[in-house]
Amino acid sequence: MARAGRRRFGFGRSVGVRFAAVYALVFGLSSAGLATFLWWDTVGLLQRQVESAINVDARSLAARFQAGGLPLLIATINRRIALNVDDSAIYLVVDPSYQPVAGNLRGWPKVVARLGVWYQVPVKRAQIVSLAEMRGYQLPLGFRLLIGRDVEARARLRALVAGGLLWAVLVMVVLGIAGALAIRGLLQRALANVSRTANAIAGGDLSHRVALSGRGDEFDLLAETINDMLDRMSRLMDGVRQVSNAIAHDLRTPITRARARLEDALSHAEGDAALRAAIERATEDLDAINAIFQALLRISEIEAGARRAAFAAVELRPLLADLHELFTAAAEERGLALDLLQEDPAEAPTLLGDRELLQQALANLLDNALKFSPPGGRITLSVRRQGTMVEITVADQGPGIPPAERFRATERFYRAESARHTPGSGLGLSLVQAVAQLHGGSLRLEDNEPGLAATLALPAREPRPAPPAPLPAALPASAA
Amino acid sequence: MRLLLVEDDKDVAGFVLKGLREAGHVAEHADNGRDGLFLAASEPFDAIILDRMLPGGIDGLRLLETLRAQDNHTPVLFLSALGQVDDRVKGLKAGGDDYLTKPFAFSELLARVEALGRRGKGEGPLTRLVVGDLELDLLSRAVKRAGQKIDLQPREFRLLEYLMRHAGQVVTRTMLLEGVWDYHFDPQTNVIDVHVSRLRQKIDKPYPTGLIHTVRNAGYMLRAEGS
Repeated sequence: MARAGRRRFGFGRSVGVRFAAVYALVFGLSSAGLATFLWWDTVGLLQRQVESAINVDARSLAARFQAGGLPLLIATINRRIALNVDDSAIYLVVDPSYQPVAGNLRGWPKVVARLGVWYQVPVKRAQIVSLAEMRGYQLPLGFRLLIGRDVEARARLRALVAGGLLWAVLVMVVLGIAGALAIRGLLQRALANVSRTANAIAGGDLSHRVALSGRGDEFDLLAETINDMLDRMSRLMDGVRQVSNAIAHDLRTPITRARARLEDALSHAEGDAALRAAIERATEDLDAINAIFQALLRISEIEAGARRAAFAAVELRPLLADLHELFTAAAEERGLALDLLQEDPAEAPTLLGDRELLQQALANLLDNALKFSPPGGRITLSVRRQGTMVEITVADQGPGIPPAERFRATERFYRAESARHTPGSGLGLSLVQAVAQLHGGSLRLEDNEPGLAATLALPAREPRPAPPAPLPAALPASAA
Repeated sequence: MRLLLVEDDKDVAGFVLKGLREAGHVAEHADNGRDGLFLAASEPFDAIILDRMLPGGIDGLRLLETLRAQDNHTPVLFLSALGQVDDRVKGLKAGGDDYLTKPFAFSELLARVEALGRRGKGEGPLTRLVVGDLELDLLSRAVKRAGQKIDLQPREFRLLEYLMRHAGQVVTRTMLLEGVWDYHFDPQTNVIDVHVSRLRQKIDKPYPTGLIHTVRNAGYMLRAEGS
């Protein structure tokens, strides 16, 4: 699969190749810059030195000619030739008909056609041909002066430098390509690691993780992020699997019961009445299964968060009073007291939410409290502000939930050991939790010593900013 | 009552039709949206039981919207497997009068349809409800039985009012929870039974004959002896 994947990206579309190309380009450009500077600094400098020496010579010889005429010029040239130890200076003075008058060159080179222009001319002196840089100058009375320097040594140096630079460029190109390949390889190796893991997971092996190099570099960071994501995903998957197992198990039990009843009635029921009774009870079992389905669907509906669109301001005081009123009768019938405590009667806690879901969540908590309270017990339904939150607590004096099991109590189908034999689906607290989370709040289960205190903490809707100061005329009305 | 059932599932339709006819109603049936719309628009019915997902290009919502657009106000009860809160809200917004989720108990369906059919016969605003020797005055909020004043809590009053408005009909616990408390969920605890039994203590206990009857597997019915 990895190979197929690599083939799918053409050579030009590979990130590795692109990175490598950029690397080679940057490397090549900086190398070229370096070579240019070297060339200018060595060969260029020599060239400029020669040219300036010739110019200086020309100016001083012209001055001589003006001061002492041709004889002084010839004498000066001869002296300079004599003083020139390494025999690199070239001078030639010709008359208007190009006949040499003085100097160490036998004739005016044909190449030097124009005056005041630089020429590089091979010259033959003492049987040795060498390269010379020269320039012609006009003298008064039609005489011409040619000044040059033997640059054979400099030409050799230039060739040397050029050769060196050429080699250097070659080495740089090789280095650039090697570096680019190395970068590409590095990238591909790092990515192959990730893609191997992704392929393994796509293939169903969820335990696979991206290997860490241990260097703590960017790729390790990426690998860790990916691994964290995979861990979270597999935890979620475990959750889903647990839920589906639980569904399978918890639905199978009542289905088994209903089936057994029907089959038993089919083969053993004596008379119409017995048959009817069996069918009736089987129908009740089916209703119970349906109720479990409803609750599960409701929880997923809530968890999906779609209900948030229907949020509106909910006043808690009447909502709690209604629930209290609804459940008080049932509580009293069981010999229980149900108290409604509102800490500060002046305060009317309001929140933004789904009235129906809040009612259902609190009804679930009250259902539980009623179910688990011992006769004579006291249940309190209370509400108070806690910072930015409104906390609604339902506290009973029943067996409670052991601390070690509290965090599991909101899992779907969880039943406390002590609750095994009370009716219920184990979905009540899951729904309360889902409702709390939908509202951006939380469900807290605490010890009521004895009993359970279930607290629904929900973000309060901040009271509207104080209205502008009332007009004096309005005061008597509001006081009335 | 004359009822129309629009439902494509043969088994469910057969079961519902049989039950409705046994209860003494005249029931027509359509198994797709097009026929359902034709019947509903061309004949008078006391109530319509409407499935939401129907074959034939016209689903339940479309059917109802078309009907309402023709100024037909026959009460409609949705009977649907779509049971999310949003589905119910959508159904009621489209002009439905009640919503029952599948699977359902026939007794619940019958009770709700009968309540709807009765409501359809608008008798103008009532100020006084009378069942046997029980009187309830909606204006003074006074309740009397056999001429004796009975003191009721506000919620008990509303519970009795609901039962009296549906006198002679079965009223289920869910209907009471929705109609009296405006709660749309089923508490696990028998909260409704306790409230009804308290009301009974005040309305029936001191008198020789009971008016509030328990209907097995269904709910309650307020009915005067012999009526």
